[in-house]
Amino acid sequence: MTIFSLALTVLIGILVFVLFFHISNILLDYFGKRSSKIFKLENSFRVVIFIAPAFIILFVFIIYPVFETIRLSFYDKIGREFLGWSNYAWAIKDPDFRRSILNNFGWLLIVPTLSTFFGLVIANLADRIWWGTIAKSIVFMPMAISFVGAGVIWKFIYDYRGPGQEQIGLLNAIVVAFGFEPQAWLTIPIWNNLFLMAIMIWIQTGLALVIFSAALRSIPSETLDAARIDGASELKIFWSIIIPYLQQTILVIWTIITILVLKVFDIIYAMTNGQWQTEVLANLMYDWMFRGGGDSGRGSVLAFCIMIGVIPILGWNLYQHRKDQKI
Amino acid sequence: MKKFSISSIFAQLLLIVFVFVWIAPTFGLFISSLRDKDVLAISGWWTSFTTTDVNEIYRTKGMEAQIEEDGYFIIKDKVFEEGSGKVISRFGITSKNIDEFMVGEIAVFKDGSEISIDEKGNYFWRSKEKFTKKKGKRIFVSATSPPIFTLDNYKEVLLREGLGQAFINTFAVAIPSTLIPLIICSFFAYSLTWMRFFGRDLLLATVIAALVVPLQMSLIPILSIYNDIGALFGVAAKSFPGIWMAHTGFGLASTTFLLWNFLKSLPNEMMEAARVDGATHYDTFMKIVVPLSIPAFASIFILQFLWVWNDLLVGLVFLDKHPSEIILTAKLKELLGSRGENWEILTTGAFISMSVPLLIFFSLQRYFIRGLVAGSVKG
Repeated sequence: MTIFSLALTVLIGILVFVLFFHISNILLDYFGKRSSKIFKLENSFRVVIFIAPAFIILFVFIIYPVFETIRLSFYDKIGREFLGWSNYAWAIKDPDFRRSILNNFGWLLIVPTLSTFFGLVIANLADRIWWGTIAKSIVFMPMAISFVGAGVIWKFIYDYRGPGQEQIGLLNAIVVAFGFEPQAWLTIPIWNNLFLMAIMIWIQTGLALVIFSAALRSIPSETLDAARIDGASELKIFWSIIIPYLQQTILVIWTIITILVLKVFDIIYAMTNGQWQTEVLANLMYDWMFRGGGDSGRGSVLAFCIMIGVIPILGWNLYQHRKDQKI
Repeated sequence: MKKFSISSIFAQLLLIVFVFVWIAPTFGLFISSLRDKDVLAISGWWTSFTTTDVNEIYRTKGMEAQIEEDGYFIIKDKVFEEGSGKVISRFGITSKNIDEFMVGEIAVFKDGSEISIDEKGNYFWRSKEKFTKKKGKRIFVSATSPPIFTLDNYKEVLLREGLGQAFINTFAVAIPSTLIPLIICSFFAYSLTWMRFFGRDLLLATVIAALVVPLQMSLIPILSIYNDIGALFGVAAKSFPGIWMAHTGFGLASTTFLLWNFLKSLPNEMMEAARVDGATHYDTFMKIVVPLSIPAFASIFILQFLWVWNDLLVGLVFLDKHPSEIILTAKLKELLGSRGENWEILTTGAFISMSVPLLIFFSLQRYFIRGLVAGSVKG
């Protein structure tokens, strides 16, 4: 497609939606103003028009697929024959699946913890230093980068050349400079997971940082000043005042990063594609979507496993929402 | 006061370490994308600020270039491009002994012809006999090269590796995938905030639940719907409108939630007043809500745009890998597989894919942060 026809497609695509709302409004105005009896009807029509597009899309792309995926997880690879629990039985026995579950747990433990911790520390440091804003921008910047882009950046850092050759990867160059042997980092099982997690931590620390930074400003300065006058050290203030004050924020950041980590796909897919024991659920699921023509049953089981991980968070969010609505 | 200054110095040092660790990877990538590909393959990017030693092989011109002067046949040319800044120290004429001669010395080939070369790379090759070979001779030079930065890699990647087209495709995916949800969700969020109807609370709860439903739950059923539609109407299952709708679907909950969060903070009296004056919901929406929501729209636009631009999974599942449809992230992943050792292509490709997000980041950081912080209040 040429740029011109592509631009035209884009324009039409957007116009369709603008015109839908605009024209339906004109029609409603036209018919609505004729008699006051229709006024009530007109209002409910307008509700339908405001909601319909979003609701249809929400239904087709989220609500229906959730139930369909659960259904498919009990069916065979093309979704025809009912198999009962056999896809789940397969998963439990599958070594790749076990590896994925183990790795996902590792990711869930390490990435949210370290991102939150680094974010909190940096937010604290940056708040007290005149060039803190620039520092925050720099740490935050990876948030704008794609996981694949970050993958390339870090693959370059982990690059490996045989011993004796000049290393062009930063990590190996440092290792060699200290007199150790260079390593092919991404191929060392178990440890390579940590090198992949480093990428995610590098990205998500920025998120934690900006949210903490906003939250820190809400701590009353009198409290902090009082503590300082009483002779509390900065470290003491950090542990005894700031951390308890930010509890809610820490929880929020933790859940955001947890949800993200459960779905982690791009980094694994781009860097190792699950080789060398780095497999995770999302990558395994993508694999089964297309392996041997695709297996919707096994793919669905894997998707559902990711879903199970978010259910507690989903429940908690709904509970919080209801509590807020009542106030 | 003294205690404060010690802790302040410690804080500064610690922050410098953090900043360094966070910037070095991206900086290294950027510098590498500007380096000459041959140098890039053999030396780390941190060496690129100093002069480096390079050994190069060059083939002289052949018989067509010769001129006759004072009874000699002469071929003159230079081994480096104009303005390369490289300085030759030694050279050689056989692969066994590549630094046999000092600059300024005369080397004699087996056929009796003589060659000399100066530091800047101009060579002067003369022979009593006429040159008869089309191919010239190989000369080996050892030179020091100043830091060279070039845009050659960008030209190569954009034009020959097909990243230029992928760049355009990514825009064609990202713009509608950002604007369509924004349009639809602003009406939706308005109705959730200001309209009264049966089931409103349930609908809102559904949106909040949908916020955290992983994308993976939708992939298999949606792909199968697309395939069915494609087969039914005889059109391609993977298409731009298809991915727009997919991104709209996956971004719908978060966009609606952010807008709803913003809209409910608007003063209720203003809406009531407008309604009393006989304005329809559509008028209220267009004349009051939209103008007030511009900053919120900006934040949400940026979040969703970056999300779509940086997405890989949706692009892989709902678009073809054909050059006319492939998006940047998928292309970059493809290059990682096929050109894994060509770091000049990978670093440049990665930087091109990052250029738009970084531009948005540096120019609109405020809105970006505001959106993130607003989204984190809950959810």
